[in-house]
Amino acid sequence: MEQFLQQLTNGLAVGSIYALIALGYTMVYGVLKLINFAHGDLFTYGAYLGMTLLTSLLLKDRLGMVAGVLVLAGMVMGLVGLLGVILERAAYRPLRESPRLSAVVSALGASIFLQNALMLVYGARYQVYPEDILPQTAVSLLGFEIPLMRIVVFLASVVMMAALYLFVQKTKIGTAIRAAAIDQGAARLMGIDVDRVVLVVFLIGPALGGAAGLLVGLYYGQVNFTMGWIYGMKAFTAAILGGIGNIPGAMVGGLLLGVVEALGAAYLSIAWKDAIAFCVLILILIVRPTGLLGERVAEKV
Amino acid sequence: MSRNLAVAYGVATVLLAAAPLVLDAYWVDVLNSVGLYAVLALSLNLILGDAGLFNMGHAAFYAVGAYTAAILSTRLHVPILWALPVSGAAAALFAALVARPVIHLRGDYLLIVTIGMGEIVRIALVNDVLGLTGGANGIFGIARPSAFGFRIRRPQEFFYLIWAFVAATVFLFHRIAQSRFGRALNYLREDAVAAEGSGVNTARYKLIAFSLGAAWAGMAGGIYAAKMTIISPESFSFWESVLLFLIVILGGSGSIPGVIVGAFLVVGLPELFRGFASARMLVFGLAMMVMMVFRTQGLLPLRQVRFKHSDLVKAETAP
Repeated sequence: MEQFLQQLTNGLAVGSIYALIALGYTMVYGVLKLINFAHGDLFTYGAYLGMTLLTSLLLKDRLGMVAGVLVLAGMVMGLVGLLGVILERAAYRPLRESPRLSAVVSALGASIFLQNALMLVYGARYQVYPEDILPQTAVSLLGFEIPLMRIVVFLASVVMMAALYLFVQKTKIGTAIRAAAIDQGAARLMGIDVDRVVLVVFLIGPALGGAAGLLVGLYYGQVNFTMGWIYGMKAFTAAILGGIGNIPGAMVGGLLLGVVEALGAAYLSIAWKDAIAFCVLILILIVRPTGLLGERVAEKV
Repeated sequence: MSRNLAVAYGVATVLLAAAPLVLDAYWVDVLNSVGLYAVLALSLNLILGDAGLFNMGHAAFYAVGAYTAAILSTRLHVPILWALPVSGAAAALFAALVARPVIHLRGDYLLIVTIGMGEIVRIALVNDVLGLTGGANGIFGIARPSAFGFRIRRPQEFFYLIWAFVAATVFLFHRIAQSRFGRALNYLREDAVAAEGSGVNTARYKLIAFSLGAAWAGMAGGIYAAKMTIISPESFSFWESVLLFLIVILGGSGSIPGVIVGAFLVVGLPELFRGFASARMLVFGLAMMVMMVFRTQGLLPLRQVRFKHSDLVKAETAP
């Protein structure tokens, strides 16, 4: 029971990070029908930017713990969001009318570029986050000791996801995003500026991914310039699991994948942990290509 | 085959045949890598270029072939050249099994599934699946190949083995491209629904293309195992699949000379810039983005076969 609960909470924390990254994939796919392969690397940039700002600006000493971390998160999200907009301008906008494959290759190129730029600046070794940012205590829950960090990660993700959900459902630009995802041509005819929608999507998606990077840095305490690939693949799996293009689907898919992976690693085999996500991905595409709540991706031939 | 292309192949053959006499062992080894990647990329080209199936897990088939050859060589002491057809068959069988349930997926979803498949194979190899693959250390002590009592061990000797294999591949794949099978693949790449309507069994043709490409990659894997004498899972990472994918796309998807030029550029060119080892991947990524914006079709794109009016008349009037 103890192990089960520990793994369950761990899975929920990791899963909420997958969900945050998955939102970026699913929003971009919804509007542009493009798999943004560089999204995982934007997540890594969030983690590295968080580390650099944390050590260079001494936010915690100046503003106190809570305010310092919040300001830090705001800065990381803003910067990574900006990077996402630049990426769209440079790598995807010129290819809007090209065949699908060109955009995929351009996205891979952008991913390789971003990854190696990071390596040139920081070096190839693991980088360590400062340890004294958040208290390393445990909270007693139902008689079990749950690390505080886990709860912080989970709550922070849930708050951001709720904010995004309200934004997409209640605001005008949110409605425009949903409209463009359903039918871009019709949305254009209704007077929606699709270029602006794409801009907003490439601002919000990477911002959430950057926040996820910061959370991973705080949760695990170390980051690496290649980690974006595996997190990106898992988050993409989460997006497919929930139904790609579907925002609540990405949230459900992320949490589900995190829990399945944590429990699978604990009860089946730790060595096969990374394979679990890929097996889930392949199984879902064979059995239910629409995902749990979403669009159809298989062709009827 | 046009006359220009035939001349180009002739010149390339002469230059390559003379290369080991002029170059030192290091550069001959670079050319060996280029040759191996050329074969692998040509085998991927059959799947990605001719049939239009986005396969980014090609390293898995390469790995299955390499491990089959290595296991046959170290456990059963089968001569490595005899093991090559078995490598090809094992890779083809594996491809047919894994591709069967996913072959109907839409373009970029197939891409994601094949990435997942490649990673599962790599993780399985690291975890010493079936107790045969030696885990993360891999397999060592693979025997050198020998032909007609002559043992191949120096890079110069491997050079002729590998490039003979490249030549055979180029010849065979040109024949396939012109055959009924090759034309059917092009048809289904351009318009799957129309192809199906004209009586091309698309699912079956896609599966055959996948298996044939995998078989060829498997044989290349066997040669790789013989050349290195040591193989380990890290030689078959996701990055290998990406590299092969890039060779095909940058060289010219569907075009056999294009893919060979692509192999020279992607594998050979970075060797010239080894001094800037750390920055060269950065430039590589940038080049991919620029290339897709300005020359989407690749360096030497596939030229559609054109028929002259007189040929058509001749064909119509023929009995």
